[in-house]
Amino acid sequence: MIDQQIGSLFVQIAYIGASAAFILGLRGLTKPDTARRGMQLAAVGMLLAIIGTLLNHEIVTYQFIIIGLVVGSAIGLPMGLLVPMTAMPQRIAISHMFGALAVTLVGIAEFLHYRDIAGGPGVVKMIALGFETLFGALTITGSFMAFGKLQGFVTGRPVTFPGQKLINAAVFLGAVGLYATLVLTQSGGATGDAGLIMFAVMTALALIIGVTLVLPIGGADMPVVVSLLNSYAGLAASATGFAIGNNILIVAGALDGASGFILSILMSKAMNRSFANVLFGAFGGEKAAVSAKSAEGLTTRSISAEDAAMRIGYARNVIIVPGYGMAVAQAQHAVRELAELIEKRGGRVRFAIHPVAGRMPGHMNVLLAEANVPYDHLFDLEEINEEFHACDVALVLGANDVTNPAAKSDPGSPIYGMPILNVQDAEQVIVVKRGMATGFAGIENELFYLDKTSMLFGDAKSVLSQVVTEVKGL
Amino acid sequence: MTALLTAIGAAAAFIAVTTADTATAAASTTLVDAQIVEVYVFLLAAFTGFQIITKVPPLLHTPLMAATNAISAISLVASIVIAGAERPLFINIMGMVAVAAATINVVGGFVITDRMLKMFRKTEAPK
Repeated sequence: MIDQQIGSLFVQIAYIGASAAFILGLRGLTKPDTARRGMQLAAVGMLLAIIGTLLNHEIVTYQFIIIGLVVGSAIGLPMGLLVPMTAMPQRIAISHMFGALAVTLVGIAEFLHYRDIAGGPGVVKMIALGFETLFGALTITGSFMAFGKLQGFVTGRPVTFPGQKLINAAVFLGAVGLYATLVLTQSGGATGDAGLIMFAVMTALALIIGVTLVLPIGGADMPVVVSLLNSYAGLAASATGFAIGNNILIVAGALDGASGFILSILMSKAMNRSFANVLFGAFGGEKAAVSAKSAEGLTTRSISAEDAAMRIGYARNVIIVPGYGMAVAQAQHAVRELAELIEKRGGRVRFAIHPVAGRMPGHMNVLLAEANVPYDHLFDLEEINEEFHACDVALVLGANDVTNPAAKSDPGSPIYGMPILNVQDAEQVIVVKRGMATGFAGIENELFYLDKTSMLFGDAKSVLSQVVTEVKGL
Repeated sequence: MTALLTAIGAAAAFIAVTTADTATAAASTTLVDAQIVEVYVFLLAAFTGFQIITKVPPLLHTPLMAATNAISAISLVASIVIAGAERPLFINIMGMVAVAAATINVVGGFVITDRMLKMFRKTEAPK
């Protein structure tokens, strides 16, 4: 008995230490130079929590734990070491699925466990267990769908069909209704087969919700979805903590939940849309009513790589605006080469990064960092937007809607009010683009038709390589 | 912040004491009291998380996601107990799958976050 008390005291101390390490680790992430050390501290905290748990007196057999740990490490380590930076959005999405899977299995196991205990889970535990399983299950399938869209085996276009919202609402209400019924009936300990069936159906409905939630959302809205699923995974982990009375799960889950929530809000703001709009209003649905200006009668000016090299090579002040197109073409290394070349010739190069450029928060930053672009060359929208006035050449690289001046000037535009990069203020603009296809909002970009804008058509990577060769020859 | 923490600590201690005093009361009441403390823990953690994470620059938002994902794989702790406790075999096996899934995130998550953070460098001083 005494041993057991000392044992559980040790476990609690390990958990408190781990909580502190997590919080301090995240604080390290507020600055690039302290970030790495911070996360190493958090990893030590995790190790501490795991060791503490292995000493838990409830554990009687270790074989399943060891198999799980070995299998998980065998899959996790190569995933961590080998996944290329370009596949980072998919990697993040699928990791939310694994986290949610663990949480959901724990929820189900705990529910089954309470069936054997007189009195059942009681109201409070059932609230936590139900929440955990509901959010866990919908995050499993939701994250898998997001993974599919990012990986490209599920269409990136919004999938809509008639009556979709009605069906979604019915499934959602069904799941919530079962959840509420479970909470009310489990209070008396009536954990009969009816409860089991309700729980199973609720979990199944939650799995369906995950699919129907993500299916109608387009690829460009992925930053919000991935952030939101991040938040759900955290909240489900926190609920697990409530269900089993474990504070470290509550703390870590709350941190994850808060992070995902903040990112979702930032991403929605950067698109000037509400959560509800992202989740329920696929862009495609509203397009017919939109008074977007058509491109008829307007002409663009197309230039060759040689022309572009002339302009860029002699520019003193260049701002590069990367977008998803850069990621698709994997042009980050070519753009770094170009940037270094300009600097060698005495020019200044900065990168302007819109919050929703790419498919996840911070996507462009990671790609450019991988290509060895120093982070003090990377600037947020607010930091650099006033600087476009003084810039000779703005090079737009596979970005579209985030540079569309209509967001400021045309109240009829679907993206009106969205914060954009003021590329149109630059002395001249060079847009590298594969073709004249529209961006995610499905509207024409007025920027492309300005007198100061030149279009350089082609694959970003090969076009930039040509420009680099030309600049070298100047 | 410190004052707030102290206040919460005092409140928690008070609840603990009250709970002990009324140990004869119905078991469900005690359970609710214990859960109130957990609500405090959640609120404080969420509040702290919110304060810190709003200060993370957009530059590091992808590593932040990878990091919080690795941290929330703390559900490994709960999975371990289920895989190893005295439960029916199929529940232990569910626990085992949960352990594997959470371990993927712990190991993979911290490794990949470190890989990303390693790439972020400043301009080197001219030689």
